[in-house]
Amino acid sequence: MMNSFSRKKSASNAKERLQLVLVHDRTDLTSEQLESLKDDLIKAISQYIEIDPDAVRIELERDGRSQRLVADIPLRSAARHRAG
Amino acid sequence: MTAQVITVTSGKGGVGKTTAVANLAAALAMDGRKVVCIDGDIGLRNLDVVMGLENRIVYDIVDVIEGRCKLRQAMIRDKHYPEMYLIPAAQTRDKNAVSPSDMIRICNDLRPDTDFVVIDSPAGIERGFRNAIAAADRVLIVTNPEVSAVRDADRVVGILEAEEKGNPSLIINRLNPTLVRNNDMLSAEDVLDLLGIQLIGVVPEDESVIIGSNRGAPVVTDPKSRAGQAFRNIAKRVQGQDIPFMDLDQENGLWSAIQRLKGRK
Repeated sequence: MMNSFSRKKSASNAKERLQLVLVHDRTDLTSEQLESLKDDLIKAISQYIEIDPDAVRIELERDGRSQRLVADIPLRSAARHRAG
Repeated sequence: MTAQVITVTSGKGGVGKTTAVANLAAALAMDGRKVVCIDGDIGLRNLDVVMGLENRIVYDIVDVIEGRCKLRQAMIRDKHYPEMYLIPAAQTRDKNAVSPSDMIRICNDLRPDTDFVVIDSPAGIERGFRNAIAAADRVLIVTNPEVSAVRDADRVVGILEAEEKGNPSLIINRLNPTLVRNNDMLSAEDVLDLLGIQLIGVVPEDESVIIGSNRGAPVVTDPKSRAGQAFRNIAKRVQGQDIPFMDLDQENGLWSAIQRLKGRK
């Protein structure tokens, strides 16, 4: 039973890695491109509304055979805005 | 009769495409269907040896395309099933000797008096693969529960989607139930979840497959083989029957005892 914990994880590890690699294969979008898309998105949105750039999350999600781009963009709260 | 043309492909090589073609075809022939197999791997001919027909080849598919023989003359009759034929690949030519329209023409010529045409696609996503899918009514994708094979299968599914080739079905080959139980191999559910296409069969790893190909006799002819049972089930599903999936978990004991009993009948 040596090293049973890490052994137990190999299939889960394979699945997690594949989930990530397939989503990028399917969209033909690299992590770097996704990062620059995020920067552009932050720039564009910031022209209209104040957001917290560090809290923005953007990722590709799988839904069966289709992919979606999911962005979570928290707005700066009014309180924080006044304090800042 | 109007044949259904089934192409078996995978992206990655070595996952068991040729074995799947030989077994699917033999199982269909066992069910009384008239089947013509086409080896689409020009230059790397293999289906003939797996089917045990390598000594009977006179003409090949390129001879048909270039008019050196009639289609009928390139069809090698199987030793065991008189309603099963093989059209071998050319060994000394390359994949450019065949075009997608050649494949469509040959399949259309076969359609009127055949039940199934089963095409063995070469690995990869280039010309040979394009030829193999050109005439397909249905595509079966073979994969193994391994990262490289699943990734390549996903690429193939993407290409088939882009080509509007209909919904492919998945054969998960060489699944090792013990490794899956120990969470050291992707399960059939994992692979299905990743690829997002419909399943048509799960074939357990089984040494009788190698023994079968050594002898040039597909494993479906061995009533005790679990892989053979899985391929027989796939053939039934291809014919439209609703066959439950095998329980691969009860590897020893009851299940194999039942299989042995069934085999004796």
